[in-house]
Amino acid sequence: MLLGPALAVSAMLFSIGVGGVLLRRNAIVIFMSVELMLNAVNLTFVALAQQLGPQGQVIVFFVMAVAAAEAAVGLAIMLAIYRHRETLDIDEFSLLRG
Amino acid sequence: MTELVFWVFAGLAIVSAFLCVTRRSPVAAALWLILTLFCLAALYVVLDAQFIAALQVLVYAGAIMVLFLFVIMLLNLGRAGPSDLRGWSGRLTALGLGAVLVAELWAVRTVLPAEHVRLPAGAMARLAETQGAVGVITQSLFREYLISFEVTSMLLLAAIVGAVVLAKRKL
Repeated sequence: MLLGPALAVSAMLFSIGVGGVLLRRNAIVIFMSVELMLNAVNLTFVALAQQLGPQGQVIVFFVMAVAAAEAAVGLAIMLAIYRHRETLDIDEFSLLRG
Repeated sequence: MTELVFWVFAGLAIVSAFLCVTRRSPVAAALWLILTLFCLAALYVVLDAQFIAALQVLVYAGAIMVLFLFVIMLLNLGRAGPSDLRGWSGRLTALGLGAVLVAELWAVRTVLPAEHVRLPAGAMARLAETQGAVGVITQSLFREYLISFEVTSMLLLAAIVGAVVLAKRKL
């Protein structure tokens, strides 16, 4: 039974992803860290599906579809921003600041 | 043997994930992330999810990461510029919050699902033997989750249209 170890690995990967989001300024690398967090959660789903039935794997399927949609839209937004600002440093993006 | 394979790929996944968030060049970060995704696919195989492992390689390591690399190349970010890592206060925040998160999730790790909902050991492997690795997922995907499946197709269509609208210079 590898449930405990898989959850531990997933915890490590998720925390590394959170650390990446907090640590980096480059928007693309932050985006990649978010993908890493999504994958850590997928690992949790797969590990629990081994014990609780195949529904967990179906959810992973949906998470992958949503991640693909998210990557397409997010990278399009980054292209648009880069065209206007010539940078991907998120400290430079303060359009929504009140 | 299974445990050995699991720990080898788990260690590799964690190391390459760490390298992914600390490398300066975005291309290097993307390549380390691809290695992490491949290792996760191997872990899925160990955890009796062969179809999901194939999807992981095709969709994540294939399609999504190619999209990332394509955008990095398009924006000409390949060369490592000045470091985009935050200063010491930011690093300490990231390290502290990451450590707290690991501690919390580590505590949850030992909690097992209740006995009456748990499947007997090796049930998923036997299910895959009788229904096939794809059949296990599609049986419930096209019955219980049919509506969600259709909604997902709408979501992907909306994402395609949205990406074209956002990225195009002039419509």
